[in-house]
Amino acid sequence: MATFLGINLFGLFGQLLVGLINGSFYALLSLGLAIIFGLLKIINFAQGALYMLGAFFAWMALNYMGINYWAALIFVPLAVGLIGILMERFLLRPIANEDHLYSLLLTFGLALMLQGTFTHLFGSSGLSYSIPEELKGGNRLPFMYLPNYRAWIIVASIVVCAGTWYMIEKTKLGAYLRAGTENPQLMQAFGINVPLIVTLTFGFGVGLAGFAGVMAAPVYSVSPDMGSNMLIVVFAIVVIGGMGSIGGAILTGLGMGIVEGLTKYFYPEASTTVIFAVMVIVLLTKPAGLFGKEA
Amino acid sequence: MKPMKKSLLAAAVTTAFAVSGAQAAGISDDKVKIGVLADMGGVYADICGKGCVTAVEMAVEDFGGTVLGKPIEVISADDQNKPDVGSAKVREWVESEGVDAVTGLVASSVTGAATKVLTDNKKIALISTSASHAFTTKACSPYNAHWTYNVVALANGTVKPMVDAGKKKWFFITADYAFGHALEKVATGVINENGGEVVGAVRAPLGTTDFSSYVLQAQSSGADVVALANAGADFVNSLKTAAEFGLTETTDVAGLLVFTHNAQALDPNIAGGMKLTTGFYWDMDDQTREWSKRFKERHGSIPAMGQAGAYSMTMHYLNAIKAAGTDESDAVMAKMKEMKPDDFFARNAYLRADGRMVHDMYQVRIKKADERANGDDIFAIEKVIPGEEAFGPMLDSCNFAAK
Repeated sequence: MATFLGINLFGLFGQLLVGLINGSFYALLSLGLAIIFGLLKIINFAQGALYMLGAFFAWMALNYMGINYWAALIFVPLAVGLIGILMERFLLRPIANEDHLYSLLLTFGLALMLQGTFTHLFGSSGLSYSIPEELKGGNRLPFMYLPNYRAWIIVASIVVCAGTWYMIEKTKLGAYLRAGTENPQLMQAFGINVPLIVTLTFGFGVGLAGFAGVMAAPVYSVSPDMGSNMLIVVFAIVVIGGMGSIGGAILTGLGMGIVEGLTKYFYPEASTTVIFAVMVIVLLTKPAGLFGKEA
Repeated sequence: MKPMKKSLLAAAVTTAFAVSGAQAAGISDDKVKIGVLADMGGVYADICGKGCVTAVEMAVEDFGGTVLGKPIEVISADDQNKPDVGSAKVREWVESEGVDAVTGLVASSVTGAATKVLTDNKKIALISTSASHAFTTKACSPYNAHWTYNVVALANGTVKPMVDAGKKKWFFITADYAFGHALEKVATGVINENGGEVVGAVRAPLGTTDFSSYVLQAQSSGADVVALANAGADFVNSLKTAAEFGLTETTDVAGLLVFTHNAQALDPNIAGGMKLTTGFYWDMDDQTREWSKRFKERHGSIPAMGQAGAYSMTMHYLNAIKAAGTDESDAVMAKMKEMKPDDFFARNAYLRADGRMVHDMYQVRIKKADERANGDDIFAIEKVIPGEEAFGPMLDSCNFAAK
């Protein structure tokens, strides 16, 4: 095996690729959070629970209705997005003009309720969801064995992330969106239905979490606490990338996956803390985050 | 002076009478109170949790609801897997609620904190689901009874036969806390004693969702066996990842602590064929099936080994109170060690001087998809491991039990 400075290069490349795969999940989840915070100024602590909901919906769709993975990939994000829309319309809108803390506490409470309900209904051991037939197996690369499903995760999440970024930053719809949240009164005067835009944006951001949940179901155990484990890490990523920066969330998500992968290779015990260490360093040197705009 | 003397005498007589009266009654506070401390909503909720409360309640009902003519009461609390929460609850129970014994006791970290409080107060700990062997070795206590299984039995049951079969090189993926460390250490001892070697190990933080990096390291280690020294969701996730990265096709993967509920959560195509050690399996014979059926009717799912253990040890505790004629801890514990437990769970069993309950363990194989009759049909028992072989000899690190 090739080594460089005593490091097994094959092992190292393997870790980098694995880091990129995990980074894809981080990117999808942090993107949803960044959209919701960046455009609506809502700190959505329920994002992790909605990710969990996505995984459970996929499982329920398969086991109760016979809906397969590919169909779930379309329907589940829509269903989770719809729940998001209801949440925004009936719970978050009434407190839209209050301090951000209110929405934070409300969504945190919702997350705990969802998690508790699913623990009650399905227990805490988790449920199994198989990898779809088409993506079973894998390829032996020169430096590692790459399961097909993991390769699919990288491709799908990069396409979804890039598409979302393009839509918000480069299209007319995105421009309305950004303007509508920047100056709602003016946009309203132009005849644009700002509350509707807000609701749909929230639904979309939440739908991304549902999408990530379906993607995660075959590789992680579908369990009630899968979201809460992920949420704190993803929040750290959003902070590192710069609160509300869409591109920052995507790039930092992928980057932190790689950083974590490398840590797992060199010093596994620190792998859960490395992202927070990076967050501390970034906050001390660049308080607005790597890609954030100084307030 | 005379009247005073008289009253003194009277006082002395009454006191003496009161003392002997208390001894004759046998049961303090006129009831036996058992506390069930477990993780009720977290990662270990399925393996003990509310199911342990149900099991203890069933034992009390089957016993008749009273002992020596006094009622038996069961109370429960959630330890949230936090040692400080658990020990505070136990302190409250023994100091202000008159609890006589505490059972459940799941995460080894919580059990360590709880047994300390119980020992300080001379109350009995009936440990049903913890794995660490510390409670009968370096942290042993005359008031501990450790029932269902421990890391020694798991390592002897699962690791030794594999090393004997020629699987000499081992790699560990270990949960990075007390339980995982203890399991890895004991298993390493078994491997070395039997002529094998450990070629590497990684410590994964508790609750890791992605094990792919660790699996890659295991893959490049050239080991014959990759041992998963973890439990619950960590076990499920690490095994899933191992299968996905093709590790299970090229290498043996050994799960060192697998509960039926975790095996149920896995795709039979991934977990099928794996051999492991357990303290109990619901579908072993008519006796286990009869109890498990009653348990499932009340609880909704088949019993995990710690839940069956919780029933068995509660029953033994109540029998010991009856035999001792008191609920005083030293007398009860002496009876528990003198009498042999014998029920659907405890086979060829006895409670050793250090508090270890030695009983038959089982080497089982997880059934493949086409072998399963239904969702609860998970294990096939391959071999009964006699208690003394599984738990090994008593170690002299337990100070009070050493001769």
